[in-house]
Amino acid sequence: MAVSITQSLIDGLLMGGVYALAALGVSLIFGVMKITNFAHGALITVGMFVAYFMFAQLGVSPYVSLPITILVMFLLGYGIQKLTINPIITAPSHNQLLLTQGLSIVLENLLLVLFTANYKSISLPGFDKAIKFGALSINKPKLIAFGLVVLASLGVYLLLQKTDIGHAISATSVQREGATLMGIKVERINAIAFGIGVACAGVAGALLAPIQYISPTVGEGFQLKCFVIAVFGGLGNIWGAVVAGLIIGVVESVASLALGGSWSEMVIYLIFILVLLFKPTGLFGKKTR
Amino acid sequence: MEKSLTKSFMNRTTKAQGKRLSIPGLIVMLIGLVFVIVSPMILSNYRLNLVITILRIAYLAQCWNLMSGYCGQFSFGHAAFFGIGAYTSSLLYTELGVSPWFGMFVGMAVAGVVGAIIGVLSFVYNLKGDYFALVTLAFAEILRVITKNTDFLKAAQGVSITFKKNWKVMQFPTKAGFVYFALALLVLITLFLFIIQRTKMGQYFIAIRENEDAARALGINVFKFKMIALILSAMLTAVAGTFYSQYYLHIDPEIVFVSSVSVDAIIPCILGGVGTVFGPIVGAFIIEPVSELTNVYLSGLPGMNMVTYGLILVVVIIALPHGVLGFVDSISKKLGKKATSPKTSGEKEA
Repeated sequence: MAVSITQSLIDGLLMGGVYALAALGVSLIFGVMKITNFAHGALITVGMFVAYFMFAQLGVSPYVSLPITILVMFLLGYGIQKLTINPIITAPSHNQLLLTQGLSIVLENLLLVLFTANYKSISLPGFDKAIKFGALSINKPKLIAFGLVVLASLGVYLLLQKTDIGHAISATSVQREGATLMGIKVERINAIAFGIGVACAGVAGALLAPIQYISPTVGEGFQLKCFVIAVFGGLGNIWGAVVAGLIIGVVESVASLALGGSWSEMVIYLIFILVLLFKPTGLFGKKTR
Repeated sequence: MEKSLTKSFMNRTTKAQGKRLSIPGLIVMLIGLVFVIVSPMILSNYRLNLVITILRIAYLAQCWNLMSGYCGQFSFGHAAFFGIGAYTSSLLYTELGVSPWFGMFVGMAVAGVVGAIIGVLSFVYNLKGDYFALVTLAFAEILRVITKNTDFLKAAQGVSITFKKNWKVMQFPTKAGFVYFALALLVLITLFLFIIQRTKMGQYFIAIRENEDAARALGINVFKFKMIALILSAMLTAVAGTFYSQYYLHIDPEIVFVSSVSVDAIIPCILGGVGTVFGPIVGAFIIEPVSELTNVYLSGLPGMNMVTYGLILVVVIIALPHGVLGFVDSISKKLGKKATSPKTSGEKEA
């Protein structure tokens, strides 16, 4: 019993890291643009397929091709924001939500057209064996994913804290009008922030690619989890998203051990509702509404 | 003082809304009505399918319009109420032999109760905008998971209804029966919205949508009217669920409790014009044929139909942020300004 609990704690923590990175994108986008991105799940899937494409066509492992994935996804996000989100940045939120939902439909089905609905997987020689610690085992792709997620989160953090663009992003998310007055080109910052958010989704997708099967609709399941984590961590709060991601990963894993796979979803949604009701500002939010 | 403020606010909104009920608009609606009435005589069963879908989706969108369009409480979880309606009447029918005509009302009651629970929780804690939308989405997902894992509710396999061709169990022998039933539902809810909009309650809804704090300051019981809008909308949405299960004869959690149902309720409304009486109908008459056309003409490449559909959706939202009716409105205003002396009566309402 103790072994299986420890095992599910480890698995939950590792997966939670990947969720955290994807959710960090949701959080960043909401923080800067006040838009809930309903295309995030589809963008995670796009990341998976970018990694899959390079693996299948060029034989490059998703870990090696990660810089290319980041670049492709950032440009995709930048372009999507400029072309579609920017024109409706002041529209009512139901318009914005429906637009991102529309984007999700386009992306998912574009993947269906390009890659068909057949399930795909990436098997990396040498990575399929788990690392054993007595009775415990650690899945190698999950461990690597966790390590790279820590690096990526740190990268985003440094980008926001130490660079001019990062400062401009932070300023915009705190006070839009003020940022404009200070000479920050808010439109450009929005597009860059969206690009970074999408790159987070893409990296999460690429790291998930060797862990689970790949199909055009697989990201949907992750999307709501991203929302849960982003709200739990406090929308716009980067470290909040990371901590919340780890917590949700562990909760999901332990709940599925205790209640069975499909009921564990329920626990997550219940947490979601409780957080939304009682502390919508999230774990580290300063004030409750 | 308070009263006069309310009054001036109400005058302003009725004026803006009244504009939407122009004579040409009414004529278009009448033509549409006549077309639907005669459609069973001139269209094949295959095409009638599309007519029924349009009416069904227009009805669903009107339900969403009541709570989200007029009262401004943005729901992304109407699938919850739709699913409750579908499951309540279907299970009562298959398990206990209760006619769906009666089950429909039971479904409305259950949906109303669930709506009330969601409303009390969300409005007491003052959830708004995207946060409220996410709560409604979470409730729909919870219902999906519960249904999927409960044998009593037939779990993942869902409920199948045998086709009896008997109107007493809400199964019409011909498609015409379903066309007229769906039309009756749509006409009723549209009249209902038309009347509500002219009552004080409707004006309170709009006041809450435009500025909740101002509405509260004017003495409107914001909580009460938000609850009324949500519960009414939930109950009416349940009827759409019952209709769906009686027409398609099969429901399961992945059909009725998924977010695509909630999206179905939102699209026609935003496309036609949010918070207008005829907007959702116009939207449904546009989007459903478009979706059908993409299905027929792009069937060779799986997925291409939905890519096109999604792209159209995205382009329309960008190009027509106030929907088709808002667009028509602004055009006619421009033409009116050119033709007659500038009679600036109404500010533009979103």
